[in-house]
Amino acid sequence: MTRYAVRHTTVYEYGGDVAHSHHLLHLTPREFEYQRRLSYSLGLDPQPSFLHEDLDAFGNGIARLEYDRSHDRLFVSAEMQVEVLPRESGPLEDSEAWDRVRERLSYRAAPVKHADLDACRFRMRSSHVPLRQAIEDYARECLPSGRPIGAAARALTRQIHRDFDYVPGSTNTRTSITDVLASRRGVCQDFAHLMIGCLRSSGLAARYVSGYIRTSRAGESDALVGGDVSHAWVSVYCPPHGWIDFDPTNDCVVGEDHVTLAWGRDFDDVSPLRGMIVGGGRHKVSVDVGVRRLG
Amino acid sequence: MEKIRDTAGDARLATYRSYAGRYDELIADDGGIRSHWRPLIRGVSEDDARAARRATEFTRRMIIENGVTYNVYADEQGRDRPWILDPLPYLLTAQEWRAIEAGVAQRARLLNAVLSDLYGKQELLSKGALPADIPFGHPNFLWPCHGIRPRDDRWLWIYGVDLARSADGRWWVLADRTQAPSGPGYALENRQIVRRALPELAQSMEVRPLGAFFAALRDELLRGAGEDPLAVVLTPGSFNETYFEHAYLARQLGFPLIEGRDLTVRDETVFLKTLTGLKRVHAVFRRLDDDFCDPVELRVDSALGVPGLLAAIRKGNVVVANALGSGVMESAAWLGFLPALSESLIGERLTLPSVATWWCGERPAFESVIEQLPRLVIKPTFPNQDRAPVFGCDLSAEQRSELIARMRARPHTFVAQEHLAFSQAPVWYTKNSDGFSARALGIRVYAIATPGGYRVMPGGLARFAADDHAEIVSMQQGGGSKDIWVLCDSSEVSEESTAPIARTDPRAAGRHQDLPSTLVENLFWMGRYAERCEDKTRLLRATLGLRRNLPFWAQALEICKQFGAASVFDPEKRFTLSGDIGRLGECAAQVRSSLSAENWRAITVLQREFRRAEAARSDARETLDRLLLSLVSLAGFALDDMTQDDGWRLMLIGRRLERLQFLGDVLARRLAAADTPLRQELEWLLELGDSAITYRTRYRAPPVWDNTIELLVYDEHNPRALAFQWRSINTLLIEVAESLGTRPQDALYEPIEDLIALNENEPSDDPLIVQASRRILSQCLKELNAAAAQVSDQLSSQHFSHVDFDLRAVTA
Repeated sequence: MTRYAVRHTTVYEYGGDVAHSHHLLHLTPREFEYQRRLSYSLGLDPQPSFLHEDLDAFGNGIARLEYDRSHDRLFVSAEMQVEVLPRESGPLEDSEAWDRVRERLSYRAAPVKHADLDACRFRMRSSHVPLRQAIEDYARECLPSGRPIGAAARALTRQIHRDFDYVPGSTNTRTSITDVLASRRGVCQDFAHLMIGCLRSSGLAARYVSGYIRTSRAGESDALVGGDVSHAWVSVYCPPHGWIDFDPTNDCVVGEDHVTLAWGRDFDDVSPLRGMIVGGGRHKVSVDVGVRRLG
Repeated sequence: MEKIRDTAGDARLATYRSYAGRYDELIADDGGIRSHWRPLIRGVSEDDARAARRATEFTRRMIIENGVTYNVYADEQGRDRPWILDPLPYLLTAQEWRAIEAGVAQRARLLNAVLSDLYGKQELLSKGALPADIPFGHPNFLWPCHGIRPRDDRWLWIYGVDLARSADGRWWVLADRTQAPSGPGYALENRQIVRRALPELAQSMEVRPLGAFFAALRDELLRGAGEDPLAVVLTPGSFNETYFEHAYLARQLGFPLIEGRDLTVRDETVFLKTLTGLKRVHAVFRRLDDDFCDPVELRVDSALGVPGLLAAIRKGNVVVANALGSGVMESAAWLGFLPALSESLIGERLTLPSVATWWCGERPAFESVIEQLPRLVIKPTFPNQDRAPVFGCDLSAEQRSELIARMRARPHTFVAQEHLAFSQAPVWYTKNSDGFSARALGIRVYAIATPGGYRVMPGGLARFAADDHAEIVSMQQGGGSKDIWVLCDSSEVSEESTAPIARTDPRAAGRHQDLPSTLVENLFWMGRYAERCEDKTRLLRATLGLRRNLPFWAQALEICKQFGAASVFDPEKRFTLSGDIGRLGECAAQVRSSLSAENWRAITVLQREFRRAEAARSDARETLDRLLLSLVSLAGFALDDMTQDDGWRLMLIGRRLERLQFLGDVLARRLAAADTPLRQELEWLLELGDSAITYRTRYRAPPVWDNTIELLVYDEHNPRALAFQWRSINTLLIEVAESLGTRPQDALYEPIEDLIALNENEPSDDPLIVQASRRILSQCLKELNAAAAQVSDQLSSQHFSHVDFDLRAVTA
């Protein structure tokens, strides 16, 4: 068990007055079997004219904001403390063969188990994850017939880490995974989308997880690390163990180093802040994430 | 193979061929004309060929003049392509219709129940009655809508269904339209036109009237909205392929036609931005695809939607029809599952069968599809798959195995359908023939939700293929449409047949205070552009009339250049007459719902004639004369043919400001010139100001400078004079301010006072004083112009400011 304090600050400096705006925030740490939320607070400046907290269709905590007074700057700061529990999913080799999982998720005109139906939500194309032959081909070597899905996903994590360079700024939120596949570089979001694409193209279920990672390893000093960014990785449906998370950016199975915010089909479902503004001219956005391990 | 038949000596049936393997709507198996078609065929046959052509031509002209168009984005011919309507209606007997009607209403209920489950408990998925891949892979299955319960659990308010008849005469469903089915407005419009083309037949054949189809929908949408209810029609805009219909529907429903930017969501409540401020909106009849409706929660890249709309829906503060997410039912993949669903969800046997369809994501279905591939059509499962249908019979063995390999890789994205040979019906629209020809035909039928269940429009849209053999029946592919006449049983000549079709007066639609700001802004600019076109036309005409060997010719040409009127035809450049005519049309298209049919027709005719002259490089003067005539008639419409509300006032202010600025500017420039004006210049100025005749009758002498100024600047009784404009503008501004409870704009007051004071000076003969006073007058006119520009800007910031914004996305 590891405890973290995270502060995620976003500042929009608008080039002119914003007369009216709506925002949707995915900044609440998710509670689930491997994570407990100890505290959470949202700091906003200016104060919104309307604030409503809710859950989205995937069970993530969200906040909806509206500003109806003119402003030229928006400051959003989410502060949270969470407890991350060790994951006991068992050996990856123990999972079901990937091609059997594909069969399990295919339609057979028979009742579907709840967990399988839930997985089906993450098996189709989505706006950042087109299903393409080239993507499927890239994953082929990791998916020999009969290989346990956990082992296959682990191999794919390693392959992506091996083949792709982590180059901040080389892509943006609209870069397609086929472009990423061709250029062999990107950031965590791209690697997550690519890996999801590989799995879904092969008929498997994979979801996009948004969160944070502790940047200092155990044993090193645990000072607050500034200048960090949001992180993203992949969760794969691996019966009978349920969902197992893999981080292709760091070539690892997710354990106690990752703090989970939200999951969805891809970035669009869980982008930390999205919104529509009226006016504002050109805007500048700065994001600062600090992850600190609590003693 | 052609059948032998009894054409009853009608020569026009000689061109009508029957094809084996198709059901013939007109000719029965015994070769005779089917009995329900006989009165129609006999009726039109009694006319001679000339009368028939007249009816056809009449229809064609009505279509063009009514501006019934079908916009196609990629149409290089321009945005408006005339809708093709065959004057010969398509006939259905009462008995046939009863089956269709019951089947369509049943299907609407069924699809509504499926939507309710998909956005709720999803039991159909967990039970295995439906594959999860179809909704979850569908771009219009909107997860953010999951858990929303629309009012009365009603997802489909309007439903459209495409039907066709197989060789044995049975009807089959081809596709469901659940998003925002297009065409019901065309159906109503077609009925109006055909009734006028064939008045006696329409009377004698006992055709079921379409009735006040939309009145029921309007009442239902606003039910329970309390006092002062407001509903709107949401359109993606005038570039959309069915924009005409959006305007038409808005008119029929009596709701304002608006775009996403006209709405704003505050505190989870939807408001319309009107001239008088924000007005609560209770219902939105949308013509915008559901995933575009809210860029905060749905597609981020949509600038057409309304940020926050989904939150307002969730809260139950607004009814959106059809409910967001309904588009998920638009997939051929559902068809094969519906019979079983009908039994389990509504406990009824599905009475209207779908054409045999297999979703390939199901293994056994896929295997059987492969076996019978040559006789099937392969289609995409999801509407966002950019793939045309493939006919198995057209494929070589190699192509076939290639297709099978692609299908095997992602079977859930493919649907296979039996190929249905459509029935054929007589079509009479063809240009080069007096006779009928046979065309494949399908129909689209509509149902709307009413408190008593779904009600089906007794008629609809019949669509026929572009040529004899074509099977593809689509407006986009160049086919045409027909009115559908559902015939009454003798028992059915009922109360409804006496009720006239409700034809709402567009100008009565929408309450006065609900004028959307963008509508008013477009009216204002329509006024400005109409006047600008007129001014430039007069300028060009007067200049073309000058003798070129006089020194003033060059100066007049210079003025023309400054006003962007150096040539008559110049579509390439922005600030030309040609460009202004285009912009006039664009503004008019945006306000179409508040123009009378005649006014709109006048604008389309004007545009068409000018474009034609431009293309043909017709004689410039003749073109200008005609154009001026049309523009003057627009001015007449502006004064006499519009409800005189604030929108009208602002349009008139736009016209007056434009005229004031144009003439004021020309006069200021000429007054600043050093040379003493020649008679030719004064005549030219009087022509620009359309005051030559007034001058002649009043002064009975060749023009002189002082009298010209008196007439063009100070004469309040001359509707072309500047004084007339500024008085009118001030009056209108005061009226608008009173109506809106604001302070009237007073920017014009000071320059007007200066001008009036200047006119009170004693006239002098001293050339130096004359010269100086001209310069002062020129200066005053420049200031008047600057003030007019300021009024225009202030109107924009006061009334249109919340319209003129950029909506942009921010993500982090």
